[in-house]
Amino acid sequence: MAVFREYNSGGKDRSAEDRRRHRQLVEKAIKKNLHEIVAEESIIGQSKDKKIKIPIRGLKEYQFVYGRNQGGVGTGTGKEKRGDIIAKDLISRGPGQGGAGTDEGEEIYETEITIEDLVNYIFDDLNLPYLERKKLSQTETVAGQKPLGYRTKGIPPRLAKKRSVMEKIKRRQGRRRADPEFTKDERFPFHEEDLRYRYIREEKRPQTNAVVFCIMDTSGSMDHTKKYLARSFYFLLYQYLRLKYTEVEVVFVAHTTTAREVREEEFFHRVESGGTFISSGYRKALEIIEERFNPAVWNIYAFHTSDGDNWSEDNEQALAAARELCRVCNLFGYGEIDPDGFHMTSPISRLFQETLAEKNFAMVKITDKEDLFPAMKKLLTLEERLEE
Amino acid sequence: MAGYTLAELAAWGERIEELAREEGLDFYPQEFELCDYEDMLCYQAYNGMPSHYPHWSFGKAYDRLKTLYKYNISGLPYEMVINANPCIAYLMKENSLLLQILTMAHVYGHNDFFRNNRLFTTGTRAELTVETFKNHARRVREYAGDPSIGYERVEQLLNAAHALRFQTNRVVGEGRLSYEEYYRRKHRSGQEKTPDHPLLEETRAPGGTAGRTGGKRRIPPQPEEDILWFITEYGDLEEWEKDIINIVREETAYFLPQIETKIMNEGWASFWHYLLLSRLDLPEELRWEFYKYHNQVIRPLPGSLNPYHIGYVIFKYLYERQGKEKIFEAREVEKDQSFLRRYLNLEICKELELFEYIKKSDEYVVKEIADEEGWKSIRNQLVKTTGLGAIPVIRIVEYRPLDHHLLLEHEYDGRDLEMNYATETLRYCAGLWKGKVTLKTRLNREERIIHCDEKSNLSILL
Repeated sequence: MAVFREYNSGGKDRSAEDRRRHRQLVEKAIKKNLHEIVAEESIIGQSKDKKIKIPIRGLKEYQFVYGRNQGGVGTGTGKEKRGDIIAKDLISRGPGQGGAGTDEGEEIYETEITIEDLVNYIFDDLNLPYLERKKLSQTETVAGQKPLGYRTKGIPPRLAKKRSVMEKIKRRQGRRRADPEFTKDERFPFHEEDLRYRYIREEKRPQTNAVVFCIMDTSGSMDHTKKYLARSFYFLLYQYLRLKYTEVEVVFVAHTTTAREVREEEFFHRVESGGTFISSGYRKALEIIEERFNPAVWNIYAFHTSDGDNWSEDNEQALAAARELCRVCNLFGYGEIDPDGFHMTSPISRLFQETLAEKNFAMVKITDKEDLFPAMKKLLTLEERLEE
Repeated sequence: MAGYTLAELAAWGERIEELAREEGLDFYPQEFELCDYEDMLCYQAYNGMPSHYPHWSFGKAYDRLKTLYKYNISGLPYEMVINANPCIAYLMKENSLLLQILTMAHVYGHNDFFRNNRLFTTGTRAELTVETFKNHARRVREYAGDPSIGYERVEQLLNAAHALRFQTNRVVGEGRLSYEEYYRRKHRSGQEKTPDHPLLEETRAPGGTAGRTGGKRRIPPQPEEDILWFITEYGDLEEWEKDIINIVREETAYFLPQIETKIMNEGWASFWHYLLLSRLDLPEELRWEFYKYHNQVIRPLPGSLNPYHIGYVIFKYLYERQGKEKIFEAREVEKDQSFLRRYLNLEICKELELFEYIKKSDEYVVKEIADEEGWKSIRNQLVKTTGLGAIPVIRIVEYRPLDHHLLLEHEYDGRDLEMNYATETLRYCAGLWKGKVTLKTRLNREERIIHCDEKSNLSILL
């Protein structure tokens, strides 16, 4: 006779540890590809819940298996004829992607992460100490008040009059029941114990109102690689600021010899020919600040990326405009992108370095993807210093 | 449980067991464990074992199963049964009464198969199953907890061992000779003289023979299929590493009979659940449900193969034409490949509506259909790709001790290796071997030599 018994796991989930480890390995694989992910995705200015798809490597369980050139046997309908084409590979797959038949849905759950996760990975990667990160998110202001009921103690402005009267009436009713001689007309003053005060909790919110100016040189000399670096750079800065402020507006300014405000897609995809007046970009930014973002209310950040190929007659004007930007901005950064590593320093960057002594000015040089994080870090430390 | 009690279930179980015995099934004592779907997912992820050593791949399996289940891409199996004595099967509480009855009958089929099929009786020891797995789990955990070893090293070792776990001895239950013994016997048969005192002879043998024929001795003497075994013998591994590799090898040995008899095992169980339930006098509403589920279980899957379907049809065919004795004989002595080779005929091919396809560039083209000219080719192709036939044969052909170099050769039969997987697996192999490993294979019939050195650097020679 068979035994029947009910399984009792005792509330223990035996697969928990192996699942945790698997996810940890997935994360590790993601972090390994972080540089690529940051650079490849169109993610600047996206909401934090946006999911992005990323290829994960390193989680397959490799074994010797047959590839896809093998034939096989299948169950049909009985109507097949020799020479019939029954299926096609829809995509000619590259190596490593396996066959549809052998995949078994391997990648279903491991391809998507949210921007927020991604940002956390990035900041893990930057090795910001925990305290620092906490400080960033603690920049708070009182944003509102939330009533949480009543208390017997409080300050006069929070006296709840109606509630206090109600308390007094309650006490009077009690008195009348207990004391038959008590008459209606007898004076019955407020007691201290009747008084009620509103209890309020202050709601703290991270400081708001920040605007980021992404100023980019879109002249002919900014090729694909340079833009790709610029974009990654902006992405990181944007994410960093988002940690600090709940609302971050982003303004994209593209310039050649003239500048205009553009949308994100345009910003990264537009290629223009022509020369470069860096000052035009700065002037445009100043103009927009004048119009829409009062420096007294807004935290303004401006970052400019360029390959440094400025026309020399513009250098002086650029310097003047940069000074002005430093005056209105919390932080003004200039990133010179030089993937070939040719120029030691361009004239404009030398000029900035020598004469722009403002404390909130930072200059970084990016020659390849590996420089992004250090550049970012340099800016971050400056920001920290300014706050202190 | 939906609409029935444990006692009711037990009553049905008793009737099924009685009927099964009457029909001549010969099974281990049966135990049914009722669990919910999460537990079922867990069991499934850990191959049905109540305890198992930890590794992330099982976590991955669990998450994958759960995702598939959540999005309704695949349902859960009705049954999960392990080859053990007593035989343990899991019943999911969420299932309807009929589904439980069907599952129980199905389980008795598997149970009988485990107890009687040649591969299982020679290749596994059912009375030790649960204990063995528990013991493995304990040992692996101990190594992981040992401060001088640690979790990560154990994990890395398991990664590598898992990559090679199916590159193993393909004959189930076959004992193996050490190479020394092999040479000694060969030597002896050459002399055609049996020593008077074999025990004494053996202690003396190594020094003497090695001195004389040492130069001629190839290691391995014949191409070696069991790569993990070879590495534990000739590689440079610590004791704990050898132990873990042997744990993985033992598990593969345990599962090999199941890999080799998937079609038969499921066919046999389906055949019996159908027969037993037909004799069970089910009330009418349950009977309809029974037909519905039975047809679902054995339905053909267009474009691919359903082992339940194929096995069921062949057993039914044999039963109807050659009687009960024949099917009991087949379930005892065959494995999938021999079973198909022997019993798959034109008639069954037609009934199963099988066809053979080949791949031309990126298209799959029907090559043969189930008719006079075609069916043999279909049968041969099916045999070739069934069971261990689906796993490439890769053997160690030479070991060069001077530079600690291992030469592997893929026995090419027209099927290419998936190159990305092959190179990564080779990396694991070289890592485990702690030396150079070279694999000879073919891609589109042209020779390829992949070389991986001890630092995991790959080079491919055309």
